[in-house]
Amino acid sequence: MKKLKENKSDTKHFNFPKSLTGIQGLDDITLGGIPKNRPTLLLGNTGCGKTIMAMEFLVNGIEMFDEPGVFIAFEEKTDELVLNVKSLNYDLNKHLANNKIYIEHMHLNPEELRQTGKYDLEGLFVRLGQAINKVKAKRVVLDSLDTLFHGLDYKILRSEFKRLLSWLKEKEVTAIITSEIGETFLTRQGLEEYVADCVIALDNRITNQITTRRLRIIKYRGSIHGNNEYPFLIDEKGITIFPIISEAYQQESSSQRISSGIKDLDEMLGKKGFYAGSSVLVSGTAGTGKTSLAASFAFSVCQAEKCCLFCAFEEAPNQVIRNMKSIGFHLVPFIKSGILTFYYSRPTLQNLELHFLAIKKIIDEIKPTVVILDPITNLMTEGPNSDIRSMLTRFVDYLKTLHITVMFTAAITVGSIERNPSDEGISSMVDTWIMVQDIEVNAERTRSLCVMKSRGMAHSNEVRKFKISSTGIALSPIILDEEGSLSDSKRRIKEHLNLSTSKESIGLKETPQ
Amino acid sequence: MTNKILKKSTVPMEAEGAGEGKFILRLFVTGILPNSARAIKNMNAICEQYLKGKYELEIIDIYQQPSLAITEEILAVPVLIKKFPLPEVRMIGDLSNIDDVLKELDLK
Repeated sequence: MKKLKENKSDTKHFNFPKSLTGIQGLDDITLGGIPKNRPTLLLGNTGCGKTIMAMEFLVNGIEMFDEPGVFIAFEEKTDELVLNVKSLNYDLNKHLANNKIYIEHMHLNPEELRQTGKYDLEGLFVRLGQAINKVKAKRVVLDSLDTLFHGLDYKILRSEFKRLLSWLKEKEVTAIITSEIGETFLTRQGLEEYVADCVIALDNRITNQITTRRLRIIKYRGSIHGNNEYPFLIDEKGITIFPIISEAYQQESSSQRISSGIKDLDEMLGKKGFYAGSSVLVSGTAGTGKTSLAASFAFSVCQAEKCCLFCAFEEAPNQVIRNMKSIGFHLVPFIKSGILTFYYSRPTLQNLELHFLAIKKIIDEIKPTVVILDPITNLMTEGPNSDIRSMLTRFVDYLKTLHITVMFTAAITVGSIERNPSDEGISSMVDTWIMVQDIEVNAERTRSLCVMKSRGMAHSNEVRKFKISSTGIALSPIILDEEGSLSDSKRRIKEHLNLSTSKESIGLKETPQ
Repeated sequence: MTNKILKKSTVPMEAEGAGEGKFILRLFVTGILPNSARAIKNMNAICEQYLKGKYELEIIDIYQQPSLAITEEILAVPVLIKKFPLPEVRMIGDLSNIDDVLKELDLK
């Protein structure tokens, strides 16, 4: 562990002793964990996940770092606690039997107590000391402090709280003290401002009827740390925090190419296809073949025996599979062999960050070469645009650091791009932008495709006909009628019209898929 | 846990048989810290003055017997527990507010 720390702080000028929590993401934000042998305050309202986070810190301590722990529960009884965390796959009974963890329930019911003069909480220290000795604990959790101090008079509370912090430091244990935030003594009195070395706040917020848990480091004396609010997820594997630290500046840009799955499209992209590890946007109105294009990409990736993650936000996987089968992409064998993985979730189920968090977990598991998000615009309903854009940017950065090629599809409403600022936001952060749209050629609705931009390669400016048939996707030049033989200049004008002012024709010609 | 509570509850029963109406008192202290020292002094004074001959006082130093701090669920110290007569009453503090102590002990 020490080695890890030294490695981590190689680039830092100061080596602050830290204790890894083992909680996914938290160690990244704190650049190596919480202060070693010091108490950390974990603040948050009811239902934020304080107890779980604290428990995970202890259990990880035992399982990953061989550091026994003590859990002092002021709220829950021991058996309740064991039962509550069982749903997170923490087998506390095993650790209890092995004497690796010691759980004690302490309570102070002010209604039972009559105060007859001066007192202190020495009993707490005696019992805490005993508990620590019992398992030779290196980690201690006190959950939660406001329950303990509830009803005590403020002077005593204040002095005892300070005494508790220095006592814990003396004992050389890394401690987490949880407490409610807001109406309780801590925030009201500003105690945490000056007594604790590290203060972490958890929050549970509802926006657009979707709840998100977030974590923020309010203060970390003697260390740099991430300042943002980071969303986190609690599931059967415990807590995951998504730091999305922007490491884009460190990423190596690959000159390797990856085929788009359509020979003609590769042709348009400097004859070779996308750059590996780049981001690709496919935008277009409804029914223009975005999903087909994405599936074709996925199909070719799978054929090359590389892992692909297909995140469907609109259609259920089975529907995608059926639809793609009709145009010659048989995805089922790849799913069976595990090369292709589907992630399907309703956008409204949770917010964008949590979708990304869930996707990130799968990415960590299967390590795909390509990730497809279809369509990204469905996620965009879940929050203000600026948030989504920064979230997406960070997600793209994250994928880039892993050299994963990502393809988003974006359904734009009928109309121009200018009218859809969110789309503009995405298009500026992607490397390759492919636009598919319906155009009118000889009074016939025709799917067309053009490469709007593609960074770092000579790409075609042509608008090509984009044909979806039972054998797949093919591109061909737009052929004009016999008498038409439009002159080049006229064709260019037409192209121009198609690209920028074809609102009317699109508007009229929109047809269901 | 429940076993221990049961055992404890038998104490006053026995005591009842032994001495009619005797007060069973336990004072938990921490060594000779100022609050504890004051509590012991005050307790002795109260017992001598108001309970002479009809009390059993046990002074427990949880530094010496930390396990009792757990079984009796002691956090705040000093604490006086009146085990008998029932109901059990707890008072935290150094017992310097004698009026309050007497009220809680039902002596006033």
